[in-house]
Amino acid sequence: MLSIDCPHCGQRDETEFVCGGEAPTGRPPPDASDDIWTDYLFGNANPRGPVHERWLHAFGCRRWLAVERDTVTHRILSVRDFADAIGHRP
Amino acid sequence: MSRRYSALALFRNSLTGNRDWDPVWRSPEPKPRYDVVIIGGGGHGLATAYHLARDFGVPRVAVLEKGWIGGGNTGRNTTIVRSDYYYPASTAFFDRSVTLYERLSRELNFNIMFSQRGMLTVAHSRAELDWQRRLVNAAQLAGVDLETVTAAEARRLCPILNDSSGMRHPIVGGMLQRRAGTVRHDAVVWGYARAADRLGVDIVQNCEVTGIDRDAVSGAVTSVRTSRGVIGCGKVGVAVAGHSSVLADMAGFRLPLRSFSLQAFVSEPLKPVLDIVVSSAVLGVYASQSDKGGLVVGGNADPYASYAQRGNMPAAEAVAAGLVELIPAFSRVRLLRQWAGIVDYAHDSSPILGLSPVPNLYLNCGWGGGGFKAIPAGGETFAHTIATGEPHPLIRAFSLDRFRSLALVDEAAAAGIEH
Repeated sequence: MLSIDCPHCGQRDETEFVCGGEAPTGRPPPDASDDIWTDYLFGNANPRGPVHERWLHAFGCRRWLAVERDTVTHRILSVRDFADAIGHRP
Repeated sequence: MSRRYSALALFRNSLTGNRDWDPVWRSPEPKPRYDVVIIGGGGHGLATAYHLARDFGVPRVAVLEKGWIGGGNTGRNTTIVRSDYYYPASTAFFDRSVTLYERLSRELNFNIMFSQRGMLTVAHSRAELDWQRRLVNAAQLAGVDLETVTAAEARRLCPILNDSSGMRHPIVGGMLQRRAGTVRHDAVVWGYARAADRLGVDIVQNCEVTGIDRDAVSGAVTSVRTSRGVIGCGKVGVAVAGHSSVLADMAGFRLPLRSFSLQAFVSEPLKPVLDIVVSSAVLGVYASQSDKGGLVVGGNADPYASYAQRGNMPAAEAVAAGLVELIPAFSRVRLLRQWAGIVDYAHDSSPILGLSPVPNLYLNCGWGGGGFKAIPAGGETFAHTIATGEPHPLIRAFSLDRFRSLALVDEAAAAGIEH
């Protein structure tokens, strides 16, 4: 059982959260090549080790979180509100 | 003495205390160079090596395995073989695989114990019945022996199913593939390994690939770096399931794959109680009973990326809850073992097979939870692809390029559950 330290709600079990997959890289410009768009839409780093992910605290504060997690040890390395992580605090 | 397995060989060897059996495969030191190096000693890698040697006469083939052969997903699956897919490309490929499984024991002279006990997938709503009928129609058009069954027939096939009286989602019917069943997974590994070894394939265990070298000008693969030294190669086939992204990273490209833990469970042995594979997409569980009496149970993958071959409790709890709802008689059965394999999923839940962005490097990945059933056809088509440099007709639809052309084979919606 993962235990994720939500910056708003505190330490909670993984069953309260929904994993939103790898955090996206920057959206390419509209005239970028098909290869770049294909990689943006479908490509994944899928690393064996630390990965940056989005997690939704669905049964909690309902905020999207930026979580750094190790895919081998399952250790949670850092948790921040996603808005803070991308510097867009409304 | 003949190296062929037979009743006579059993008898002869029993006279000498079974001390004179040949090793099933050699354990050679890796040579400095091979025509084809297959990375990954699972079912797909070994079957590919076998077909490369048998069908295409490739003289020097090696299978490199970082652990022991069959220790990855080939030894971690729930051994179910079926071909009840939706899209024509899928049914053609997977039905070829079932057909090859049907004659594999004879071909390999190794009993893979294919028990075609049938697989029943129950439906829990009118909407699911409609969907199953659509799936059955598609499969029948493709020549697959899938049929719908009524709720009464489902109960006759599997009398211990929940009688629906207290079910939130009662069982209202189902679909059945009679040729589906279970196979002894270790036997598939050992059978292909023995057959490939006898054709001269080097099976090198405890040999982890740590890097892939490419030609500076052409970009083509030239050698692989391993824990047992550098091995030169003409071509490389990558058949490493959940670790495909790691290998692609070594070769300098990315794949549209995500790796998840997929758990499976075996119960304490019971008297014969379940003589069919039974599955429910709504409850997220399926089960069969092994020859030793243990219930072999699986469900959905853990819902986040993982390379940890163990899985987590919430997914295990969901599988247990689903099993008890499907077959309440199992509520007091104790699970004996639990494990997980790392499965790699593409966005459309179809495999990625064929050419890669790197010349002379070929891909066999993206099987998700369904790679075991695909082993014979996967090996046959992957060998063809590597030997000729052109994708086998059965796997053209599953190219990596389909993501660029948006020609997805969206079995993600069709499958419903991993198995």
